[in-house]
Amino acid sequence: MINRLSLDYKQLPLVATISLFVLMFSFGSLRYTGFFSTQVFLNLFINNAFLIVIAVGMTFVIVSGGIDLSVGSVIALTSMVTASLTMEAQLSPFIVVPISLLVGTVLGVIQGALIHFYNLQPFIVTLAGMFLARGLSYMISVETIAIDHPFFNFMANSQIPVPGGNFISISVVIALIVVFIAMFVAHFTKFGRNVYAIGGSEQSAMLMGLPVARTKILIYTLSGFCASLAGLIFTFYMLSGYGLHANGMELDTIAAVVIGGTLLTGGAGYVAGSVVGVLILGIIQTIIVFEGTLSSWWTKIAIGALLLLFIVLQRVIVWRSEKKHANG
Amino acid sequence: MLKGMMKTKLFWPIIVLILILVINLFFDRSFFSIELRNGHLTGSLIDILNRGAPLILISIGMTLVIATKGIDLSVGSIIAMSGAIGAMTVADTASEGSGPLWMAIGLSLIICLVVGGWNGLLVSRVGVQPIVATLILMVAGRGIAQLITGGQITTVYYEPYSFIGGGYLLTLPFSVFIVAFVFLMAVLLTRKTALGLFIESVGSNADASRLAGINSKNIMLMVYMFSGLCAGVAGLILSSNVMSADGNNAGLWFELDAILAVVIGGTSLMGGRFYLMGTVIGALIIQSLTTTIYSIGVPAETNLVVKALVVLVVCLLQSAEFRRKVFGIGKVKPTGEQKGREGVTLS
Repeated sequence: MINRLSLDYKQLPLVATISLFVLMFSFGSLRYTGFFSTQVFLNLFINNAFLIVIAVGMTFVIVSGGIDLSVGSVIALTSMVTASLTMEAQLSPFIVVPISLLVGTVLGVIQGALIHFYNLQPFIVTLAGMFLARGLSYMISVETIAIDHPFFNFMANSQIPVPGGNFISISVVIALIVVFIAMFVAHFTKFGRNVYAIGGSEQSAMLMGLPVARTKILIYTLSGFCASLAGLIFTFYMLSGYGLHANGMELDTIAAVVIGGTLLTGGAGYVAGSVVGVLILGIIQTIIVFEGTLSSWWTKIAIGALLLLFIVLQRVIVWRSEKKHANG
Repeated sequence: MLKGMMKTKLFWPIIVLILILVINLFFDRSFFSIELRNGHLTGSLIDILNRGAPLILISIGMTLVIATKGIDLSVGSIIAMSGAIGAMTVADTASEGSGPLWMAIGLSLIICLVVGGWNGLLVSRVGVQPIVATLILMVAGRGIAQLITGGQITTVYYEPYSFIGGGYLLTLPFSVFIVAFVFLMAVLLTRKTALGLFIESVGSNADASRLAGINSKNIMLMVYMFSGLCAGVAGLILSSNVMSADGNNAGLWFELDAILAVVIGGTSLMGGRFYLMGTVIGALIIQSLTTTIYSIGVPAETNLVVKALVVLVVCLLQSAEFRRKVFGIGKVKPTGEQKGREGVTLS
């Protein structure tokens, strides 16, 4: 009985997130004509596919008790590398795509190694990574590089029909595949369990003989890879490379993960929650677009308010579980 | 003698600062010359001081926050808010009197105190981790600033307002005096009273400090309010310097520069110790780095890469593990502080 209760506490943020999403979607449907349609729902995925991918990577980092501030800049760097290799070096996409995916992965390995071996704080190391990636993308070019290439046009414009006369984009398929792999990795592999263990208590994980070093470096590598993949998806979406792309995206990602119910202290959270978190950010923007008279800065204020709500909810959960521990 | 000097926390930051300034000398012979023009001292060094003023201010506030094992991500947004409030208060004024000026200053500083207090309450009373608590305002604050300015850059035509960030007093930029005043107040309050000790003790162990009779919660509340106030003053300086309010870009990424300045200055992110002088030097390093990159003629975009490398080097030099591996085992004695650090991650 107690066991089931504690499980409920951990899932409470996730339940709250999903109910909030349903609530916001019904609010929009009642208020605006044309809101309640499958395509509006699918558009949330189409417009936020890249955010879903980075949020998945960030979930692992935050569950392990760390943070990765470099993701937004890695998107910019990836888009820049992709654009310049395709347009200026005239390389085939089969070479360009693997190279672009390597960009974030390599940066992730370096960040993870620095964090683990020199006991540096994730916050500072990834902050340096953020500056580095953004600076490097400016060094490639200060200007926007527009991409005009059959492969990229195909990835950007092709629509995959789904039943009911609606469509999704290829990016959505990639994002969903990433989500499913991540859910499997998080809940059904040794690596996933190690991540949760490190987030719960790194010292205990080390004492239990878990491979802390390998796991930690892998976590940041994974996040870097996800950021690069998101960068590719972002490039498909924008069809250009630019050093200012995805400015401040790391904050949106962290917000999505927190709203998705992952505890920032680490040790608890769900990949699925982060996906719903991204959808909530997406629906705020959709509502603002449908409203028409509201300006874009209301998005920021709404995200801030939601963050506050979920953080206070997290605190209440922690308090109650502490109380329960004290009693039991 | 040299050994004793090397042991102080200020040694490396000062060396780096001097190095950056000397590099400038190779590219510009007149770099160190300061001359009196129209009753104003002008020169690259004065320029660095003047332009660095907002960064130094928020770094001082940030130092005290970090000393309590916290972090304040919202300072950039508070800068935008304070600048927006200040500029919008005087935007429609055409008179020459100083009444509106005081109102603008008073209004923005009070609101910044309240906003800092909000951060402080979340951290000290609700018990939210500092990085998350201040993240809320970092996101929402910029939205509020854009709301105040209506998302546009509003120009101010009220002459007295320009004095805060662009005026001169005794041949020096007025902002330098503001910085000096805030710095001296901070040093006096923390080093000549027990306040500094309280802050450090809360930073090393908040629970133990509470048991020892220190009101940890109020100390935390106070440092966040102070940080908010510093950001407010910095926002006024920035907006007065360009005579406009810009909710989108004012103070963008300042929080990161400020954290860098604090870390370069030798204050550990783990809390418990702080070095205000080191922070000021750290902020000057960042500012002179920017100035150097412009004056050498390297593309300004390189700035970010250089900054990243400087951060990494400074952090690695501060890491006990790194020093042990690179400079040999004998030199670093494992102390209690380092042991306590093992396995601790920032959360």
